[in-house]
Amino acid sequence: MANIISDETIEYVGILAKLELSEEEKIRAKKDMGDMLDYIDKLNELDTAGVEPMSHVFPVNNVFREDIVVNGDDSEQMLKNAPEVKDKSYVVPRTVD
Amino acid sequence: MMSKQYEMVIGLEVHVELATKTKIFCSCSTAFGGAPNTHTCPVCTGMPGSLPVLNKQVVEYAMAVGLATNCEITRCNKFDRKNYFYPDNPQNYQISQLYLPICRNGSVEIQTENGTKSIGIHEIHMEEDAGKLIHDEWGDCSLVDFNRSGVPLIEIVSEPDMRSAEEVIAYLDKLRMTIQYLGASDCKLQEGSMRADVNISVREAGTTKLGTRTEMKNLNSFRAIARAIENEKNRQIDLIESGEKVIQETRRWDDTKEYSYAMRSKEDAQDYRYFPEPDLVPVVINDEWIAEVKSRQPELREAKLARYKEEYGLPDYDADIITGSKRMADIFEAATAICGKPKKVSNWLMVETMRLLKEHAMEPEDITFSPKNLAKLVELADAGTINSTVAKEVFEKIFDEDIDPDEYVQENGLKTVNDEGELRTVIGQVVKDNPQSVEDYHNGKEKAIGFLVGQTMKAMKGKANPAMVNQILKELL
Repeated sequence: MANIISDETIEYVGILAKLELSEEEKIRAKKDMGDMLDYIDKLNELDTAGVEPMSHVFPVNNVFREDIVVNGDDSEQMLKNAPEVKDKSYVVPRTVD
Repeated sequence: MMSKQYEMVIGLEVHVELATKTKIFCSCSTAFGGAPNTHTCPVCTGMPGSLPVLNKQVVEYAMAVGLATNCEITRCNKFDRKNYFYPDNPQNYQISQLYLPICRNGSVEIQTENGTKSIGIHEIHMEEDAGKLIHDEWGDCSLVDFNRSGVPLIEIVSEPDMRSAEEVIAYLDKLRMTIQYLGASDCKLQEGSMRADVNISVREAGTTKLGTRTEMKNLNSFRAIARAIENEKNRQIDLIESGEKVIQETRRWDDTKEYSYAMRSKEDAQDYRYFPEPDLVPVVINDEWIAEVKSRQPELREAKLARYKEEYGLPDYDADIITGSKRMADIFEAATAICGKPKKVSNWLMVETMRLLKEHAMEPEDITFSPKNLAKLVELADAGTINSTVAKEVFEKIFDEDIDPDEYVQENGLKTVNDEGELRTVIGQVVKDNPQSVEDYHNGKEKAIGFLVGQTMKAMKGKANPAMVNQILKELL
């Protein structure tokens, strides 16, 4: 394994992903991430000079919708996905800027 | 105490909500003010497995704004994911454009006290708006309404070319006017369809190295923007003068307290981990499409202003005020097309319309009367069918209820009396009843005639032809 993930890195990635990892999970995650970076290094060995970066896996572009309202009020159905509902709104922990 | 001279360096990030009927990636309505979550679907609430499909109109509005601001249009566009967690962002990422924004390298010209100045536009990109958070005062929670989630935005990023609050206002006004004329947005700062974040740094005048900048948010009016800029300039100068450092941070402006405070500091700086959005295919724009969007570009303000002076012979002052609002300009042109009297139409718009708008605390965009009825009124007044006092009264009715002035004048018997016989009888009586005024007039008191005119008008309930009244009075005296 060429890539070693530091404790700081795994801590930082955990914060960004809003994940709390146990010591055991951290060890596993460090190994997985190291393996992934090794694989990327392997890909980097390929000579890609003159190859356009791929922006999508399908050779398709310009898929559009016309600007016409089709969806109606489906709020009752939609709000069934909410853990808690108040005033027709999704309840979340108090959040202030 | 302030011994050194400082200058501000200001750049703007302006978000504009586009005037599409549907959201950027789904067919939900963008209508403002619906009950919470009534304009939502699996796409704009970030349900797993839902897939976005791009609204073509968003691309065309973005192109139209880019072309009107002298930008280059990117031929191969793609979208990127900006990752962050916040309850108003149900996908935990915002679909935006980082690497290949649709418009780049543009500029607009603004008027400053030192003449014309060009403000560079770094880029314009397309993205989606977030939902709205309402903080529950009673429960210890916040409520999320996703009606705004997925409403299309363009973000216009300027170069750091502005040096004063006045230049910032002129630039914003220019953008707003251009976008309103294009019909791409109504650009209302108060309602949030146009939002400006201001990046400010100060440096010693004459130096070229940029100082550390701060970003100011929550600016809801031109006045707030001007105040926040002055306040932040002084705050940064005070820090520098006292040997402290300006910290790069985002600050929130409180316009009632005229004070800003730090929102996020550098320690928890955002790391958005942008990557290409795999759910959307690239957007390829060719010359034909650009030409098509360009051909639909309506006449913009500068062109209109010049044409009003040239074609209709309007004075600078009139043309400037009328083209200052797209709605006003539309009414002016439509009414002029009907009655063919541009200066008369312009007078009604500039004087009485402006007065009534101010009285009702309305914006020109709120005008409801039809150009047809204004044109009819111009004809009635011009033909002498009604006199100017009556015309003002009729105009108020048009402004409030859009009444048909022909019918209204007919029904209420407001036509000017041009019947010489009738006028002579009435004036004869007025002269007889007011011997003192007649004597004053003969003794050289010119003003006395005004009183007699007033008495005649009163007797005629304001409907007499004033020129005829004057003429007959002078004869009889």
